[in-house]
Amino acid sequence: MRRTRRLPLLAALLLLTTALIAASLMVGGYDITLDALVTDPAALEMFFISRVPRTLALVFAGVAMAISGVLMQLITQNRFVEPSTAGSSQWAGLGILVVTIAMPAAPEMLKMLVSTGFAFVGTMLFILVLRRVRVTANSIVVPLVGIMLGAVVGAITTFLANESGLLQTMAAWRSGGFSSIVRGFYEPLWIVVGVAILAVVLADRFTVAGLGRDLAVNAGLHYERLVLLGVTMVALCAGVTAVVVGFIPFLGLVVPNLVSMLLGDDLRRNLPWVAALGAALLLACDLVGRVVVAPMEIPASVILGAVGAVVFILFVLRQRRHVAA
Amino acid sequence: MIEFHDLTKDYLDARVLGPVSGSIEPGGITALIGPNGAGKSTLLTIIGRLLEPSGGSVTIDGTEVRSVRSRDLARRLAILRQENHLTARLTVEDLVGLGRFPHSLGRLTASDREQVESAISFLDLGDLRHRFLDQLSGGQRQRAFVAMVLAQDTDVVLLDEPLASLDLKHAVHMMRRLREAASALGKTIVIVIHDINMAAGYADRIVALRDGVVHSSGTVAEIMTETVLSAVYDTVIRVHDLDGVPTAVVAH
Repeated sequence: MRRTRRLPLLAALLLLTTALIAASLMVGGYDITLDALVTDPAALEMFFISRVPRTLALVFAGVAMAISGVLMQLITQNRFVEPSTAGSSQWAGLGILVVTIAMPAAPEMLKMLVSTGFAFVGTMLFILVLRRVRVTANSIVVPLVGIMLGAVVGAITTFLANESGLLQTMAAWRSGGFSSIVRGFYEPLWIVVGVAILAVVLADRFTVAGLGRDLAVNAGLHYERLVLLGVTMVALCAGVTAVVVGFIPFLGLVVPNLVSMLLGDDLRRNLPWVAALGAALLLACDLVGRVVVAPMEIPASVILGAVGAVVFILFVLRQRRHVAA
Repeated sequence: MIEFHDLTKDYLDARVLGPVSGSIEPGGITALIGPNGAGKSTLLTIIGRLLEPSGGSVTIDGTEVRSVRSRDLARRLAILRQENHLTARLTVEDLVGLGRFPHSLGRLTASDREQVESAISFLDLGDLRHRFLDQLSGGQRQRAFVAMVLAQDTDVVLLDEPLASLDLKHAVHMMRRLREAASALGKTIVIVIHDINMAAGYADRIVALRDGVVHSSGTVAEIMTETVLSAVYDTVIRVHDLDGVPTAVVAH
């Protein structure tokens, strides 16, 4: 798409995201109106204790998962890879469980560190396995490997949780939702801002890395170093999101693929789109979950899982047609 | 000048290359020929630092390749392997622009853009510049990759089977372009090539490998003889003079 057509569309996307943010700030069990915010101190307090943290958490988590997805796809040169199809998120979950068992009163910060560490190890393991299995570009085998690794880790997690009576905690974690997010709990997600800035700074390097190792080394890139850095960024996103929110599937898959279909794969050009669309999609899913069964809620990740699974299958089918043609 | 000393490459117990020593003269086209499994691509990718040798060293103008900073090396030497699986959706222009990465780190300056333009027109990609690579034929894609490494504007260009997916017309076109890049721009070009007659028609020197070692090397006239070729390929080969170019045919 040419620049002249891109910019108005990006503006429209940003506008939509802003509208969703506004809606997320206003919709919920506690009735908050613009009017009440000015006149009613209780409404104002509720607004800052619950709505603002929840909305910020949605934006950060959406951006985190979308950027993780695009980085993983460039690093592995595969369109179907993202933290939940590479096993990173499942490893982060295992990390949380291990901390919870070993130190029930562990501070959030420690949980984050451990889950990020686990996500890092899991993602590196996935990448090392991929290097052993020689597969053709964009092969569906790649996410299958990740999903299998993730399933094994998930099974171990369930076993450990069962043994230690934490099954319910882990079940709540699996259906990552934003209903319990309040002030004092979501703040670790600010680290996503740092990751996003780093992604902008390194965008051109990651685009070159997306050409594959040989072309990247030819271009003078320290390929292995960049892979390590990228995996660290993904692990941070997956780890922090896992601690604060839980498991958010498919977002990192749907968003970068949509953007790539529209614009191609120049990361510097795509990042604002990826970030805005990631936030918008998660906000929209959460809003739907808040509205359809009000005053109860369906976790955003459940809705996202339903939407994402369909889109994932569509991508696979589209790919097959492409290969056959 | 590129020199390599006692290069070897082993996979487990199997030796696929070496020990080989030799040099690539600066300027002109050097063709690496030889039967399948002779080690041509292995030698090329080791020189281009994409593959670690099991032993030996490569120097470029006297300095050890492995001791040069990666980005500095990328301004002096470019290498393109035969198969480039791209999943990234990039346009031809994007891809050729990435060839300037070692110089620009991604933000193209006016002079970078000039280099990109000249590489695009050098390989006749003007009409295809806004097309995505996955919308191109194998041959067009190959030309786009060659344009990318030429935009890198290095003294040394290593190409692994640049004619692999090209038909006869485009193969000749490619060889003429490479010839021009060597003669007019003074580049040192090393190609791995299967068609020995293409090598005879366009290269200045030929290095013939067999069983992982250099069997013989020299000018086109020195290598394009019935004795040398028959020994290299282990097949009876006749060489005829066609309009001044030695041309090999298989004896049936």
